[in-house]
Amino acid sequence: MTHIKVTVDGTPYEDEVAPRLLLAHYLRDVLGLTGTPIGCDTSNCGACTVDLDGATVKSCSVLAVQADGGTVTTVQGLAEDGEWTALQHAFHERHALQCGYCTPGMIMAARDLLRENPHPTSDEVREALEGNLCRCTGYQNIVRAVLAASGQQVPEEATA
Amino acid sequence: MTDQAVKAAAHEIGRSRLRKEDARLITGQTNWTDNIQVAGLLHLAVLRSPMAHARITRVDVSPALERPGVIAAFTGADLAEGLGSLPCAWPVTEDIVLPDHPPIAVDEVRHAGDPVAVVVARDRYAAADALEAVEVEYDPLPPVLDLEAALADDAPLVHSDKGTNRCYTWPLATGESFESARQRADVTLKRRYHQQRLIPNAMEPRAVMVTPIAASGEYTVYSATQIPHILRIMLATVTGIPEHKLRVIAPDVGGGFGSKLQVYGEEAVALAVARRLGRPVKWTESRSEGYLATHHGRGMIQDIEVAATREGRLLGLKVDLTADMGAYLMLVTPGIPILGAFMYPAIYKMDAYEFNCTGVFTTRTPTDAYRGAGRPEATFAIERIMDELAAELGLDPVELRRRNWIGHEEFPYTSIAGLTYDTGNYEAATEKALALFGYDELRAEQQQRNERGDTVRLGIGVSTYTEMCGLAPSRVLRDLRYAAGGWEAASIRMLPTGKVEVVTGTSPHGQGHETCWSQIAADVLGVPFEDVEVVHGDTRSSPQGMDTYGSRSLSVGGEAVHRAATKVVEKARKVAAHLLEASEQDLEFTDGVFAVKGSPEARKTIQEIAFETFTGHDLPDGVEPSINAETVVDPENFSYPHGTHLCAVEVDTETGRTRIRSYVCVDDVGHVVNPMIVEGQVHGGLAQGIAQALYEEAVYDDEGNLVSGTMADYLVPSAADLPDFVTDRTETPAASNAMGVKGVGEAGTIASTPAVVNAVVDALRPLGVTDVRMPCTPERVWRAVKEASA
Repeated sequence: MTHIKVTVDGTPYEDEVAPRLLLAHYLRDVLGLTGTPIGCDTSNCGACTVDLDGATVKSCSVLAVQADGGTVTTVQGLAEDGEWTALQHAFHERHALQCGYCTPGMIMAARDLLRENPHPTSDEVREALEGNLCRCTGYQNIVRAVLAASGQQVPEEATA
Repeated sequence: MTDQAVKAAAHEIGRSRLRKEDARLITGQTNWTDNIQVAGLLHLAVLRSPMAHARITRVDVSPALERPGVIAAFTGADLAEGLGSLPCAWPVTEDIVLPDHPPIAVDEVRHAGDPVAVVVARDRYAAADALEAVEVEYDPLPPVLDLEAALADDAPLVHSDKGTNRCYTWPLATGESFESARQRADVTLKRRYHQQRLIPNAMEPRAVMVTPIAASGEYTVYSATQIPHILRIMLATVTGIPEHKLRVIAPDVGGGFGSKLQVYGEEAVALAVARRLGRPVKWTESRSEGYLATHHGRGMIQDIEVAATREGRLLGLKVDLTADMGAYLMLVTPGIPILGAFMYPAIYKMDAYEFNCTGVFTTRTPTDAYRGAGRPEATFAIERIMDELAAELGLDPVELRRRNWIGHEEFPYTSIAGLTYDTGNYEAATEKALALFGYDELRAEQQQRNERGDTVRLGIGVSTYTEMCGLAPSRVLRDLRYAAGGWEAASIRMLPTGKVEVVTGTSPHGQGHETCWSQIAADVLGVPFEDVEVVHGDTRSSPQGMDTYGSRSLSVGGEAVHRAATKVVEKARKVAAHLLEASEQDLEFTDGVFAVKGSPEARKTIQEIAFETFTGHDLPDGVEPSINAETVVDPENFSYPHGTHLCAVEVDTETGRTRIRSYVCVDDVGHVVNPMIVEGQVHGGLAQGIAQALYEEAVYDDEGNLVSGTMADYLVPSAADLPDFVTDRTETPAASNAMGVKGVGEAGTIASTPAVVNAVVDALRPLGVTDVRMPCTPERVWRAVKEASA
């Protein structure tokens, strides 16, 4: 077992963990932070995406010990004093989720994109989210949500 | 409540209400089955066959018991007592071959991934590790993979005790004989289409957790399922645990698309193990495991033949379908192609229809419902051959459809397959779609490109579909030999403080029922949207239900909510009349307020009635102190959404790459409760239909191994692989329910696949290409071009 210190969503934790324990399982099974789901075993789906020391990682592909001394932000740590971020608001208002299983990873990946590129084009959003799969939405409303969160004008959906 | 608040509550139906479900989903406060932890929880792992077909000559789990953290391990034989065969609820013919389906294989494995043993340990890593220690010896048997070869007399058998790989033959013949239609015809065309196997890929992998109370023999089953109610009945049957001692909960469920419309072996095994050990047990599949263990969709060979006049009028249609059941019959496996049987004639008038389906066992993962379930396959075949017929006759494909479709003035119309389409307006949807698409301009551009021999060709695909959904009238299900009914239940609980609980038998997993059922109840009751809570997915709190699949939830379950709420109003009317000292006939009910006609100051809100009923202090004689109501709705007909989808693709003839340039669809799903949610359903449906056309296929090698066995090998499209869609609607209300609604969950998937493939073929037709097998990958397109020019 290895001793690790990790700050997750603003709370410091210390634990003895097996060296092979995945960060995703550390978050979910050890800390009970189940807001970060796991959708695959090949790092294709991106559902488990979190922020580790300012970089976006798929937490199923990172060991908990690699996060030692680090700071992790999950979807559960985004809202401040209960106030949603612009991305969370946009996902809600643009109907960018249905079952919602991909949503935590999608929001974390989009957050990373907007940090790097505050005013992306629609195509840039699509490319940036290539590593996050959604089976429900067909992505169109996710793209709209990310563009809306970046402060850009986006056509209203649901006409007729 | 103020008058303004009362007013604001009305007219919810038709509004794009933002979803109630979202708050927990976008903040990570979810309750997926795998999230749930309880004291003493044990983790189950499943050892699966690496072979497609083999006799199990030895299996020994005892070495696994030596591994750290392992509590127990079981073979199929160990659990055979108290664990029956997994159910098939749809034996489509009297003489169907129904093989035994043990949740854990005992003597023989019949597909790669068939379970052979389970290990139970204190954590998921220990359980997975210990699987390696289980010793299994296999004596390989020949795989059965080719659907037609499997039907030969000397073919190796998937189920040797059955003496055949033919599961069933299901015929349908209506109208004049196809042979006589053929003799009258100027043109006949015959084509073979392949419906590749698809892997559903709900984003949440399956999971099940069982918590027992051993002393009283009670069990709670949490499962990532679409069907908690059906699951409860079936688990009682499979395990012998009395139904009333089983509680099934579908917590937050992350998508299904049919893949969670199932009674899976792991659900039964987790229950059996929890019973055996008296401890809580959880199993969560990995994605790669799910690719083997969660049912697949499609998997059919379609031989389709049309007979028509020179002018393009359809005379007859003949379909010979060969459907891959996989290794076992799961819940509704045999019925899936039969759901399609009624849809091959689609929106067209004709005089003869012959359909024949042969179900075939193979040594592959079982097939079952996948979004659309039989109807996308049917729609694909008819819409593809309509384009081929148009080409043969030199007609525009839209014009050919116009010459054959049912006119809007002809409804209700009984199709050649015997369905009564209640309403529809194919002309209106098509005109709207053509205008949005810019059809004539795109045809002109296509011609220019063809004339100059552009290496990037433009193709235009059309699909004018209808489908049957809203499963289903119980008597129709009886006639189709389905084991259960198709009704749906709803009840409304009026709480003393004026808040409302809607209890539904539907079981949402992304569809937004909490939002839409709130809108329906709020409108009928005249209460604020925010004051309604929707209760679902727990057999204890919503005891009666038929769950969610087949685009049934709104037209059957939403209709039930509507009727239950209407009953509440009628019960409340009696109390209001008493309190207002007026006759019931003299009361008007508007926006949640009962008022006496002519004296509007004499009024009671429905919330006040709820409180008065709660106290019971002043009720009319013989009236019970409750205005709660429940209802069960058995639909009188299916619902028949329809629409016109148009796709423009650019196909690079040098690389074979297809790019969707524009996609326009106009769907008619009747009246709409929440336009935003409807549009979302269409988007998602389109994505899955396009994925079948261009990207996805479950590929097996000659030994029966699933080659596309991980998400890295199976192309679920990402945002970068899909275009923006232009969606619009026409609104022809359904006549078969009071709300005038139709299903929408599957429509996009049903319509889009042929639109895309028709576009690809249309782009390449001047080069001599008449078909490209799905998925239309760059390699397949490139080869089709090369072969046509050779």
